Amino acid sequence: METLIAFSPLLLQGALVTITLALCSVALAIALGGLGAWAKIAGGWFTRSLATVYTTIVRGVPDLVLMLLIYFGGQRLLNQLVRSFGGEGVDVSPFLAGTVTIGFIFGAYLAETFRGAYLAIPRGQVEAARSLGLGKFSALWTVTLPQLIRHALPGFGNVWLVLVKSTAIVSVIGLEDVVGLADKAAKSTREPFLFFLAVIVVFLAITAVSGALFKWLEKRYSQQVAVEEDAKEDGAKPAGGGALAAAR
Amino acid sequence: MSLICGRPPRTTPDPFFDGWGDSGAALALKHWNLFAHGACTTLELTAFALILGLCIAVPAAMALARGTPGAKWLISGYVYVFRGSPLLVQAYLIYYGLSQFEAVRDSIFWPFLRDAYWCALLAFTLNTGAYTTEILRGAIVNTPKGEIEGAKALGLSRFKTTWLIELPSAFRRALPQYSNEIIFMLHGSVIASVITIQDILGVGRTVNAKYYVAYEGFITAALLYMVLTFMIVIAYRQVERKYLAHLIVGR
Repeated sequence: METLIAFSPLLLQGALVTITLALCSVALAIALGGLGAWAKIAGGWFTRSLATVYTTIVRGVPDLVLMLLIYFGGQRLLNQLVRSFGGEGVDVSPFLAGTVTIGFIFGAYLAETFRGAYLAIPRGQVEAARSLGLGKFSALWTVTLPQLIRHALPGFGNVWLVLVKSTAIVSVIGLEDVVGLADKAAKSTREPFLFFLAVIVVFLAITAVSGALFKWLEKRYSQQVAVEEDAKEDGAKPAGGGALAAAR
Repeated sequence: MSLICGRPPRTTPDPFFDGWGDSGAALALKHWNLFAHGACTTLELTAFALILGLCIAVPAAMALARGTPGAKWLISGYVYVFRGSPLLVQAYLIYYGLSQFEAVRDSIFWPFLRDAYWCALLAFTLNTGAYTTEILRGAIVNTPKGEIEGAKALGLSRFKTTWLIELPSAFRRALPQYSNEIIFMLHGSVIASVITIQDILGVGRTVNAKYYVAYEGFITAALLYMVLTFMIVIAYRQVERKYLAHLIVGR
């Protein structure tokens, strides 16, 4: 227990790295997910097949394989590119590789979530907004988007929880997140059980706090919605976003 | 040392493909026997973990759905911890963590727990067991009331109602979600390579390190995982077609 107290600043620092990584990844995932959903809803033949290839890769290849490929392969590819233009060699940091990988993977899940949320909005609402004289942009901003957020929140919460857990693999390429630092502490103190148990507690804490946050957000975003309608919709919604459910 | 696949083959390259060069697909073909053994190890670990996990999940889900006192807190605690933390950390905890205790090192389980293979299997089993418990619990809770009432009306005992009506019906309802669980266990099994097991990714890393290349091993591994995933998806569709036939006809 004393060792744990002595090392708690280190673990806290690691937890901050984990949270930062998760937030950066989720930002990228939201961008990719938005693009993917847009490609699937409104895209032509080419963009739709591009989106299909994207989801197929994410469904078929485990996260760690993708991450090692991006970290080691991406580094070499980037260096070859930069050198061919006469530049110096560059370093891909584990943080960057981790963000790109996890953002890439969960972008595919979010694309599915966003698409489902978009399809849950009745078409008539946009039509009504347009007929009231709202422009395309303001119809999207004031009518579609707030409802999109409400419909996407439960799925988004699930994806976020899974995303936080999958940041653990970035310790494999040497990022000093909470897992990486605990590994170091475990090796120097020879108390691996204690430190990995502490890591599990850290992850459970992050999960619990963000779970409560999402519950609050969901409540906030469905304030104006009648209770019965909400209950009915929850039953009809595809769990976790159809073909892609949450990974670990 | 794995149960079915046996020892990994020696790293001597296949003489037929040797001399084709040391890059690209030639490198993967040259070591096809390593990758084949890796695929065997991956499938073996995944299959064993799923089967053992199901053995945990069925009684655990029953107890949860029934609200058995005492067992309820224990099981929901287990499910919460294993679903709420990363599989990587669970594997570390078992593989590196347990050896911290002298009691474990002196116990009869030590020959197993010092071996990465058994630790990986234990971690995977507990992990998929927790996820499967949650899936099954949901399916059992959602049993239509009429099915139970029908069983009662037919005079079936409680035991028979469980085994003949409740569980088969719950398994059917759980089938679609369980296919995701299978895929995730397959993908989750890459964690084995982190604790020194030569599964598909482990072989990919070995080949990359040996030839000092960055893509070949990982791309081969990625392709193999993709092929396995889609083979499982296709096979599973057949299973669903068989056991959910009554739903497909209705559509």
